[in-house]
Amino acid sequence: MTILVIAEHDNASLKASTFNTVAAAINLGSDIHVLVAGSDCASVATAAARLDGVQKVLIADAPHHEAQLAENLTALVVSIASDYSHILAPASSLGKSALPRVAALLDVAPISEIVGIESPDTFIRPTYAGNVLVTVRSADVLKVITVRATAFNAVDTSGSAAIEAISAGTDVGLSSLIGRELNKSERPELGGAKVVVSGGRGLGSSEDYQRLLEPLADQLGAALGASRAAVDAGYAPNDCQVGQTGKIVAPQLYIAIGVSGAIQHLAGMKDSKVIVAINKDSEAPIFQVADYGLVADLFDAVPMLTDALHSGN
Amino acid sequence: MKILVPVKRVIDPNVKVRLKNDGSGVDLDNVKMSINPFDEIAVEEAVRLKEAGEASEVIAVSCGGHVCQETLRSALALGADRAIQVETDCDLQPLAVAKLLKAVVISESASLVICGKQAIDDDAGQVGQMLAALLGWPQATFASNVAISEGLAKVMREIDDGVETLEMRLPALITTDLRLNEPRYASLPNIMKAKKKPLEVVAAADLGVDISPRLTVLKVTEPATRKAGILVEDVTQLLDKLKNEAKVI
Ligand SMILES: Cc1cc2nc3c(=O)[nH]c(=O)nc-3n(C[C@H](O)[C@H](O)[C@H](O)COP(=O)(O)OP(=O)(O)OC[C@H]3O[C@@H](n4cnc5c(N)ncnc54)[C@H](O)[C@@H]3O)c2cc1C
Repeated sequence: MTILVIAEHDNASLKASTFNTVAAAINLGSDIHVLVAGSDCASVATAAARLDGVQKVLIADAPHHEAQLAENLTALVVSIASDYSHILAPASSLGKSALPRVAALLDVAPISEIVGIESPDTFIRPTYAGNVLVTVRSADVLKVITVRATAFNAVDTSGSAAIEAISAGTDVGLSSLIGRELNKSERPELGGAKVVVSGGRGLGSSEDYQRLLEPLADQLGAALGASRAAVDAGYAPNDCQVGQTGKIVAPQLYIAIGVSGAIQHLAGMKDSKVIVAINKDSEAPIFQVADYGLVADLFDAVPMLTDALHSGN
Repeated sequence: MKILVPVKRVIDPNVKVRLKNDGSGVDLDNVKMSINPFDEIAVEEAVRLKEAGEASEVIAVSCGGHVCQETLRSALALGADRAIQVETDCDLQPLAVAKLLKAVVISESASLVICGKQAIDDDAGQVGQMLAALLGWPQATFASNVAISEGLAKVMREIDDGVETLEMRLPALITTDLRLNEPRYASLPNIMKAKKKPLEVVAAADLGVDISPRLTVLKVTEPATRKAGILVEDVTQLLDKLKNEAKVI
């Protein structure tokens, strides 16, 4: 039983979600390979080789994998699938796009965003915005799975797996990337941050979202998050959205500011260790999940909080 | 160009989901059902493409029992031209739905499929990508902007760290994200008109595909609920708690 984990990366560095996905794979068996498909991505393969539990890193280095198009990645994975009992990828925008394609071509029912592993064929996954957990058993010989990173603790990096170059296949030429705008930020990545400062519609404008939340996030070394309403209104970019249809986060500390706590938002953050809510409406549902609630006007409370942190009180 | 839009009937997003007393599944009795919100966005996008002269016909398709017709009527009220119900009482899993839809896409010679990026009940997010794969078509998932001209689709999509734009030649498949558009409200006259639009029923069994489930549900549970904590008086007390009680800062 050999398990293939598809690495998440940007051709330069390995993304944290790969560490968690390898951790999930360890629950399935001990023979774990990591596939790095990209272009000029040798440094990613080197990083992947250090992940604990990994036996071998396969690198498919070719220009047509640079953009990480789902169609090309799918063709590559399908070409090596017969060697594996399980194929895993993080439930990232790439994993979610490519793995169902892989599964369909192999006539397998994929299993999305698992949060638990009962046995090599039985998995737990959230449905209904995380309100219902379903345990499913797969009857397929090969299991094709995406993994919710926050549900598995990242592996360490004391390993030294072998790196093997494999054929990168051909460019299937179905689609092409014509533009990409990444939101570059010095802050920690939202999915893996220890602290998340999240703003909702209560912030009222993109100016105030930035003016109030950025200094607080600076003080805490936090990533910035947002509710759907805040993203829709343009206060924050789309990749900040936390929730059922946005990112799933589980930081040590999640501070929800001017967020009402709709079920779709809670789906993305209710596994945080400590939740703080600042909201002027004491009836807001967010208080039902908050460890510490502060009923206050955020325009007063947030600057006070930032100042107090700044002055070390 | 024909656009096919798959639509699913799901529990309304504003309803609090409950399990049946015997824990065998989600209680659907007397619960408000709606068209999956992402599918509504898909219908809206298809109708806009038709209004812009890029499409000749918008066909809504739903797979399942008779009740799906209600969902199809919602799609018709939003502006779809006609509807197809692929009838079955089987427990349909995404792979089966993708296979049924493939048969319909081929028989209708559709050259664009727009579907929701996920259904808010199963949260699986698989059907679109599987359908594209089975058809050998390109895909653009999580679309936040779609432009089509001369057989070429340019799709902006929301990805983990920003946005990107893909170009694909039709036939192709697009899955919708929340910010693609804001669906119109179905007006009363359009709801009335929808009742008269053609709705064809096709038996799933006649489409010649294997729709047997591959996944067996062993258990359905509610996650441990979080207990509400305490309300603090002010920022000073909040910081004290975070430092000395929770020890997270
Ligand atoms: C299919 C679907 C998917 C969805 N996916 C997501 C998702 O992934 N993520 C997500 O977040 N939402 C999602 N939603 C939307 C969700 O239902 C809510 O609409 C959204 O989360 C509300 O955002 P909000 O809390 O910022 O806004 P609101 O609900 O408007 O809440 C604003 C809050 O700010 C408070 N406030 C206002 N002014 C102040 C002030 N001066 N001081 C303090 N507090 C103040 C108010 O009391 C209120 O509680 C989805 C919805 C659907 C239908």
